Amino acid sequence: MILLVPEHAAGTLRGSARELVTAGRTLQAALGGEIHALLLGPGAAAAAAEIAKYGVQAHHSEDAGYEPFKAQVWTHAAAEAATMLGAKAVLVPASRSGLSYAPRVAVRLNAALLEDVIEVDSDGATVGGKRFTYLSRVTESSRTTALPVVISLKVNVLAPAEAAAAPGAVAAIDLPAAASGVEVLSQAKASTGGVSLDEASVVVTGGRGVGSPEGFTRLVEPLAATVNAAVGATRAVVDAGWRPYADQVGQTGKTVAPNVYIAVGLSGAVQHLSGMNRSKTIVAINKDKDAPIFKVADYGVVGDVNEVVPELVKLLKG
Amino acid sequence: MKICTILKQVPDAEASIRTSGDRVDLSGVTFVMDGMDEYGVEEAIRLREGGAQVEIVALALGPKRFEDAIRTSLAIGADRAVHIETDETYDAISQARILAEAVKKEGAELVFVGGKEADWDSAALGPALAEVLGWPHVDWTTKLALSGAAVEATHDTDSGTETVKVALPAVITTQQGLNEPRYPTLPNIMKAKRKELRKAQPADYGAATALTRLTGEAIQVKTRLNKLFSGDAVESATALVNALRNEAKVL
Repeated sequence: MILLVPEHAAGTLRGSARELVTAGRTLQAALGGEIHALLLGPGAAAAAAEIAKYGVQAHHSEDAGYEPFKAQVWTHAAAEAATMLGAKAVLVPASRSGLSYAPRVAVRLNAALLEDVIEVDSDGATVGGKRFTYLSRVTESSRTTALPVVISLKVNVLAPAEAAAAPGAVAAIDLPAAASGVEVLSQAKASTGGVSLDEASVVVTGGRGVGSPEGFTRLVEPLAATVNAAVGATRAVVDAGWRPYADQVGQTGKTVAPNVYIAVGLSGAVQHLSGMNRSKTIVAINKDKDAPIFKVADYGVVGDVNEVVPELVKLLKG
Repeated sequence: MKICTILKQVPDAEASIRTSGDRVDLSGVTFVMDGMDEYGVEEAIRLREGGAQVEIVALALGPKRFEDAIRTSLAIGADRAVHIETDETYDAISQARILAEAVKKEGAELVFVGGKEADWDSAALGPALAEVLGWPHVDWTTKLALSGAAVEATHDTDSGTETVKVALPAVITTQQGLNEPRYPTLPNIMKAKRKELRKAQPADYGAATALTRLTGEAIQVKTRLNKLFSGDAVESATALVNALRNEAKVL
């Protein structure tokens, strides 16, 4: 069987959950068996009822110890469930949390790890995956030599699964949260106005050309709000203290691949491109027509961001 | 306290990557110490400068060329190094099993690992290493302080940031923002040549077999439209919105 560990926010499935089902179904065609899902933390029962609509056998543990996320606690739960149910493959979203505990689950199960993959396939005996390497410039194919396998699936890549004709069963699972050596002292929400960079389908990123922190408030944030986008920043911007590190897109920040990526006043250094060059449509606004960002852009405006961006906001609102 | 910092040598970010057949061809590429690993060496030095009694051991698993990166870490301030030299290809999990044995033999209580490798784009080594050791880990760390036999660390999460307290021993994965790594000075580069760089083999640490194998590498760059609009701001913005809505059918 195949075990999914989807994420949810207080009972509402995250967008990545349906992508997990898509990958699960691909593997199921070769590996056989049922697809099961493990939902953890407060709201897990509601999220389990939701995922069951996709023909998945859903198990939930509402134990409050699963919130906030702790890698060791989730590792214990996923590994226990995988062992209990005899999973040949365990799939988790490649969110920060997923990337953080998937390797631990692989070690614990003595399983192979396929990390941050964009595609999966199976011949019944092994599982293959594709992923980006060398700062997102290369697509690597790799295969396990045996099973089981733990897979973290890049978010926003696969088509979300449609509901199944026959829903799966929903049941509580006796899986209390394990102890952890990590004590959470405080938490702070990111400043991206509610849209998370990792999951956003549109990202608006500002560079030095935005001019100042005030330029972000005046140009980047209104544009982002108009198209329901997350706000990103370049390394130069976060180094200057205009935006928090959590907003950084690039080699040392986040890697994003939204449907639309809008680059405002940034030149496009290779380190930045590595964090966004897999976006589906890339739009760039820059006053320098020779900026490298235009080489990877589908559409570009050569012009002053102070003039072009307010016009865009006006037009997009209309 | 003994601190291990794990090092990797990777292609310089500015180096252009080519393939030959269905593999990446790294011949002629300039290699550097992975920038993500520099934060760990720097943080270890800062703990010492902050008054902690520490020995900093650089630990690397890889081919002979890794020596350059190891020397760099010694020049930045690591006290000595262990190079587990091999041409064998290990994946992140099997690397973690070998390095965990090395960490155990060193008796380290704190291990720094770069948050994301610039060649494999992988963030798996730190968490996997912690799991083999049975230790907790904190990833994407931007702030760290010793607090008795524990560390307090601030790190990035899916929803923002979080400050945690973790009892040692622990693995910390590093990233930009943790500190500003210093450059090796010429006297320190000279001094580094006299520091101990011990060679070892994977077999000294129980070896390990990779459970995945590479089957192909390809450079697939999406063809971009490169449609540029220029001139009057109103006109070019209108042209852009039209193209996005009617041609790309987005927004």
